[in-house]
Amino acid sequence: MALLEVQDLHTRFRTDDGVVKAVSGVSFELDRGKTLGVVGESGSGKSVTFLTVMGLVDRKIAEVEGSVRYDGEELLRASSSRLQKIRGRRIGMIFQDPMTSLNPVKKIGWQLEEAVRLHNDVSRDEARRRAIQALKEVEIPRAETRVDDYPHQFSGGMRQRVMIAMALINQPEVIIADEPTTALDVTTQAQILRLMKKLQDDHGAAIVMITHDLGVVAELADDVLVMYGGRVVEEAKVDDLFAQPQMPYTWGLLGSLPRLEQIATRLEQIPGQPPSLLHPPRGCAFNPRCAYVFDKCRAELPGLDPAPDKPDHRYRCHLDDAERERIWAAKKAALTGVEGSAA
Amino acid sequence: MTQYLIRRIFWAFFLFVVATMITYVIFFVVPADPATLAAGKATKPEIVAHIRRELHLNLPIYQQYWLFVWNLVRHGSFGYSFVNGLPVRTMLGQEIPVTASIVVGGVIMYLAIAIPTGVISALRPRSILDRSGMIFVLVGISAPSVWIGLILIYLVGFRLGWTPIGDYCDLRPTHAIGVCSGPGQWAYHLLLPWITLAVGSAALYTRLIRANVMETMSEDYVRTARAKGASPSRVLIQHVLRNSMLQVVTILGMDLGLLLGGVVFIEIVFGMPGLGAQLVQAAPRFDLPVIVGIVLFATLSVITFNFLVDVLYAWLDPRIRLA
Repeated sequence: MALLEVQDLHTRFRTDDGVVKAVSGVSFELDRGKTLGVVGESGSGKSVTFLTVMGLVDRKIAEVEGSVRYDGEELLRASSSRLQKIRGRRIGMIFQDPMTSLNPVKKIGWQLEEAVRLHNDVSRDEARRRAIQALKEVEIPRAETRVDDYPHQFSGGMRQRVMIAMALINQPEVIIADEPTTALDVTTQAQILRLMKKLQDDHGAAIVMITHDLGVVAELADDVLVMYGGRVVEEAKVDDLFAQPQMPYTWGLLGSLPRLEQIATRLEQIPGQPPSLLHPPRGCAFNPRCAYVFDKCRAELPGLDPAPDKPDHRYRCHLDDAERERIWAAKKAALTGVEGSAA
Repeated sequence: MTQYLIRRIFWAFFLFVVATMITYVIFFVVPADPATLAAGKATKPEIVAHIRRELHLNLPIYQQYWLFVWNLVRHGSFGYSFVNGLPVRTMLGQEIPVTASIVVGGVIMYLAIAIPTGVISALRPRSILDRSGMIFVLVGISAPSVWIGLILIYLVGFRLGWTPIGDYCDLRPTHAIGVCSGPGQWAYHLLLPWITLAVGSAALYTRLIRANVMETMSEDYVRTARAKGASPSRVLIQHVLRNSMLQVVTILGMDLGLLLGGVVFIEIVFGMPGLGAQLVQAAPRFDLPVIVGIVLFATLSVITFNFLVDVLYAWLDPRIRLA
């Protein structure tokens, strides 16, 4: 049994303009010690999916359906006090913007100690000791003195380290990282990713890495979910996804990735905008932007079906397999062949 | 901090000069003769001339201003009323406690209403409490305090006879016969003025607190606190309240400073001899020393409360340093 099992999850927000279907029928599993990459544009439903898993969407305005089983326990029907015991203790969460995710009027140490004392019956001294220990673990220099600083005295990268320390301080089994490096500069991104990987090796936690950066996924993930318009449109082992992506949207994502060996001056872009979740297009959500669209795509939502030779590589697309293989072969040649033609 | 204090004191001094000078200049721009007014009707010109000399009104404006500053610095004197000859300092000494009693009690009352109502309506937007709070707010904002005061006097004081309809009683007990005094009588007589002041402002503050709490609730660090496993009440008390009080403190400080300069309408409606009521009496009589005294006190109270707001701000938000 997987540690985290999500089945047919739906999250809908009631707004004045209508119902926003932020998440529509998402399912996945996460095993202990594994890393799941979740990729998609802004508004693809990737953050909302995991806020729903954590019970952090406002149930007064959101309708939630489906099943979220954590270690066999159903979370969607758990009481709020039960959820409080799980959040921060068994599942830790790291958010996108370290500049705003720490309380500006409380000391770093206070915020770390709070995380400790919410879940452990320990003295203030012990909580403080653990806070300093956690700061050392995320490689913050002079942790003993910096623990008494306020967030504004830390740089963005340092604050994200503090967020990681806070998410890890109770040694949770799952860490959900929602674009942890998006707000940071490139060198800091690499440090943070290396740090997360090291901490995963030390503690054996499972990580959900939500990102729109395929580079991050290639670096860290074991499995990948590609999300679009509130649905999973492709899921695979990371190597399979990069070797043989099946869905035109994933092709677009790969095409928009800058490559070191590529001399081309322009990156490919996916034309158009992400779909409206208020009035989603009929059929496949990607059809208005897809270069290979045909009538069936506009009428019928493709199922999340496995590839013929790989049962754990599944995708939503109406293209027939021979056609898809031909298109991808040509794309792959175009993506990697630039080097040859330029030389 | 020291640098900040020094700058503040210079600023206060500058404001003092500007405020008093403007008062003097306005006074001399207005074509009126306080000496004639002070002498009364049908007097001989010699008497008017004598009074004019007595009050130094024959001197040029800058000399009068200088005389005022000199007396203030040298003798701590604000001068004497043109109308009744009493020292302005004594008059202010009697009026400030009246105004302060109305303001402090009223402010405590409206905060006691506005903080819980604002927080609860922020937590339960669109609930019945939020909506009824909104009606209360609209009434409070739309109704002038004179009207509220008169309605309260008529209904509560006159019809129901529950409270006195005016007069001020000293907080300190005295044993003089026929004079009401002591904390009980003081509060009893101030009840309606407090309510009058509270109704208008509580409404405004409820909205302000509601908006600020709602805004803070949607901050990323509040989500972080919930993701840590903090309970809703803990999130509210430890993470939301302090952050949402910053703006409230600023506006409260400005309000307190302004109100202490005199709550004119309330003092007049309830017959309370405070600064506002005095100012309304002194202005048409061109009683310059009294006017200047009140302006000076009002300026001082605004400066003081702005300073207190700064200090409180720095304490509430560590990102702000007094420099």
